[in-house]
Amino acid sequence: MALRFEILGRFNRARAAQLILPHYECQTPLFMPVGTQGTIKGLTTHQLEDIGCQIILGNTYHLALRPTSELIDELGGLHKFMNWPRALLTDSGGFQMVSLLHLADITEKGVTFQSPVDGKPMLLTPEESIQIQNRIGADIIMALDDVVKTTITGPRIEEAMYRTLRWIDRCIAAHKRPHEQNLFGIVQGGLDPVLRDICVRGLVERNLPGYAIGGLAGGEDKDSFWRVVAQCTAALPEHKPRYVMGVGYPLDIVVCSALGADMYDCVYPTRTARFGTALVPEGVLKLKHKAMEDDMRPIDPTCDCMVCKTYTRAYIHCLVTKDAMGSQLLSYHNLYYMMKLSRDLHSSIVEGWFPEFVCQFLQKMFPQGDVPEWVCNAMEVAGIDISSCCAPFSSIPNKVEDTQNQEVKQ
Amino acid sequence: MKFAVKAWSNGKARAGILQLGSCPHNIETPALLLTTRKGLPVYIPPDHLPSLPSPDSNLLHFSPLHFLEGISLKAISNIGGLHPLLGLHDHIMVAVPRDSIISIPDHDSTNRIGASFETPCGRMLIKPADYMEMISSMRPNLWATLADEVPAWASEKRNKASVERTLKWLDECITSNSTDGAVLGSVVGGSRVEQRRSCAQEVARRNVEGFWIGGFGLGESMEERNPLLNAVMDSLPEEKPRLISGLGLPEEVLQGVAAGVDLFDSTYIYHLTLGGFALTFPLESIEKQVTKHQPNSNSGCDGTKINLKCFTCQNHTKAYINHLLNVHEMLAHILLEMHNTHHFLGFFRSIRAIHEGKFEQFRQKFIGSRHEQLFSAALSV
Repeated sequence: MALRFEILGRFNRARAAQLILPHYECQTPLFMPVGTQGTIKGLTTHQLEDIGCQIILGNTYHLALRPTSELIDELGGLHKFMNWPRALLTDSGGFQMVSLLHLADITEKGVTFQSPVDGKPMLLTPEESIQIQNRIGADIIMALDDVVKTTITGPRIEEAMYRTLRWIDRCIAAHKRPHEQNLFGIVQGGLDPVLRDICVRGLVERNLPGYAIGGLAGGEDKDSFWRVVAQCTAALPEHKPRYVMGVGYPLDIVVCSALGADMYDCVYPTRTARFGTALVPEGVLKLKHKAMEDDMRPIDPTCDCMVCKTYTRAYIHCLVTKDAMGSQLLSYHNLYYMMKLSRDLHSSIVEGWFPEFVCQFLQKMFPQGDVPEWVCNAMEVAGIDISSCCAPFSSIPNKVEDTQNQEVKQ
Repeated sequence: MKFAVKAWSNGKARAGILQLGSCPHNIETPALLLTTRKGLPVYIPPDHLPSLPSPDSNLLHFSPLHFLEGISLKAISNIGGLHPLLGLHDHIMVAVPRDSIISIPDHDSTNRIGASFETPCGRMLIKPADYMEMISSMRPNLWATLADEVPAWASEKRNKASVERTLKWLDECITSNSTDGAVLGSVVGGSRVEQRRSCAQEVARRNVEGFWIGGFGLGESMEERNPLLNAVMDSLPEEKPRLISGLGLPEEVLQGVAAGVDLFDSTYIYHLTLGGFALTFPLESIEKQVTKHQPNSNSGCDGTKINLKCFTCQNHTKAYINHLLNVHEMLAHILLEMHNTHHFLGFFRSIRAIHEGKFEQFRQKFIGSRHEQLFSAALSV
C-alpha cells in the first residue's frame, strides 16, 4: 500500500480526509479532472496547480496507443513526461475499449478488440493492463473490470460482476509496484443490491488500498444511482478511500459526498466548457446564448478565478466555440468551480457545518425549492435535513430532471 | 505617444524608443507586434503573458474586424474600450484592419465607398465611418487609417485608384477622429515605385503621428520590395514611427529594418505554431549579453524581464510536445506559441542590440547562418 487515508472530520456518513499519495497530499472529497492523453485539454500544468487540482486522470487506453507506455516509462513516467508534480490516476483501459470500440469482445482471458492502428485483433488482459499502468507510473491504478452498461439487465450483469472478482486476483498478482502505486478494485454488479453486496465483500477481502464504485453514471435513473452509491459506501471499509467513477455533475458530487464517497472523475466540466457552457452555483450558464452578447457581468460574480476576475460574459460569448481561447478560459473557470466545490465540501465537513453547506448549495441551484425527489431521498438516508431549502408542499411538479445525464464519459 | 530615433546604422536602419501613456515601460524599436485573435494571443492564456519577456511582449496587434459579431460596439465602448475588456491595462493595442490570417483585404470587392475584407463572418465592406466607430469604441493606443490594399499584380489603374481612395479615407478618418489614440497614416501604392512615393509624400503632409505601410506581403518578391520600400521611406519624415504589415519571415524583418521600418506585425509565429514548428535559430549575441549582466537573476534592475529560457523549454520536452501534436491536443499550440513568441522577441532584441552601426554585418551573418541551417535540415530529412 502506498497511501495513507486520515479522516479529519465527519458528518453522519460524509467524511473529509487527508489522502496522502506518493506525489501529493490531497484533501477529500475531491474531483479529479480527466487528462485523457497526458494533458487536460487547453490548460497548462501550471494553471492546473493554480486552480488547485490535486489528482488528474490519465486514460491508459489512449496513452498505451500514443505515445505508448514503453516511451512514457523510458522518459521517467507520466509525471515527468507531462511535468505534473502532483498525483495521477490511470484507469484500466477496459472502459474505453467497450465504449469506443464496437468490436470489443470480452472473454475470460481479457478484452479482445480491434487495434485502431492496424485493425488487427488485440487482447488486453488484466495482467497487461496492470503492466501498462505500472509503466505509466500513476499514484493510483485501477483494476481491469468487466464493464457493462448499467441499462443492461439479466445474467450478463452477474457474469460481469463475478469476472471482475476473478480478474482482481490476476491484477493483484500482476502488480509489480505495490509500494509506489495503489491498486484500487472496482465494485460492479449493476443496479442489483445482491450482486453489489457480493462484489463489495469479495473486494474487501482482498484488502486493497482503496475501492471504486463502477458501472454508474451511464444513463441509469437517479434513484438507482444514489441507492447503489449508498449501499456500497455503507459496506466499504471506513478507513479507505472510496471513488465513484464517472461522476462529475456538481449535484451528484454533493449527494455522493453526503453518502460517504471521497473521489470523483468526469470529463463533463472540461467537455461542456468546450461547448460553451460554464458551471455556476445556479446550475449552468450557456455562453453561446444571444443574451450574453451585452452582458457585462463576470460568468459568476461570486467566483474568484482568473477568468471571472478579468472577463465579462460578453467577451467570452464572442470567443466560445469559435476561438481556442474560449475553450481555454471556460475550462479554466469550470475546473476552478469544481475545485472550489471540493474545498467547500472538505472544509464544511471538517468545520462541522456540512448540512448548512448542502442547504446553501441546493438553495442556489433550486431557488424555487424544487429539489429533485431523488436528492431528498438520498439526503434522508445521509441524515441531512434539507427541509429548509425544499418547497413547503410537495405539489411542485418534478422538474424534468437529468436532461444532462447523457453519456459524458469517453 | 512619443517616439525618438536614438541611433542609425548603415544609413537607414534605425533604433528608437516608443513611449505610450498606458505602458509603464518604454518600448525599444525595431519591435514586434504580437498577433492576436480578438485582442488576446491566439493560444497563450492571459495568465501566462507575464512569462513572456517584458516590456517586449506588451505590443499587441489587433484587427477591429474581429469584433464584427459576438459583442456590440456599444458594449465595448461602455466598458471603456479594449484594454478593460481584455484586462490588459499595461499593453499597447495597435489597430490595423488587416491581420493577414482571418481578416484579408479583398481588392476586387473594395469600391469607392469602402474597403472590403474576407472575414470569418463573410465578406464585409467597411466604410470609413464604420471603421471610425470601431476605433472610437475600442480606443486603441495606435491605429492605422482605413486603406485600400491591392496585390502586386494589380493594374496601374487599380493601383492609382487605391492610392486616391486611401488618401481620401485618411482625411475622413482624421476628420471624424474623436479618440486620443495615435493616428498612423496609411501608405499604399502596390508595386509601383511612383505610386508608392506620391502616396507617402501625400500622407506625410497630413496631421498623423506615424505611418502604417500597407500593401506588402501581397505577392511581390523580396527583390521587387527594396525599391518600393526605399521610395516610401525616403518620403517619410524621420521623427515619426513606421509600422509595416506583411513582412513576417526573419529575412523579411531584416529587410524592413534595413529600409528603416520600426514596427512589425508578423504572422510568422502563428503559422509556425499551427504547423507544429519551434524556432531554434541561435541568438548568441543576446544570450551572452544577458548572462554577463544578470548572472543570477531573470529580472533587470529596470523592471524589465529577460528569461533565457521560455516557459515551454523550462517545463517541457520535445518528446512531450511531439506527443501533443500527434494526438492533436491544444496544449501543443499553447506551448509552441509561447516558445516561438519568446524566441522571435529574442530575435528582435538581437536586432536592437547590434545597432551600434553593425546592423548590415549582423544581417548578412544571420542570413548566411540560416541558409546553412536550412540546407543542413533539408539534407537530414
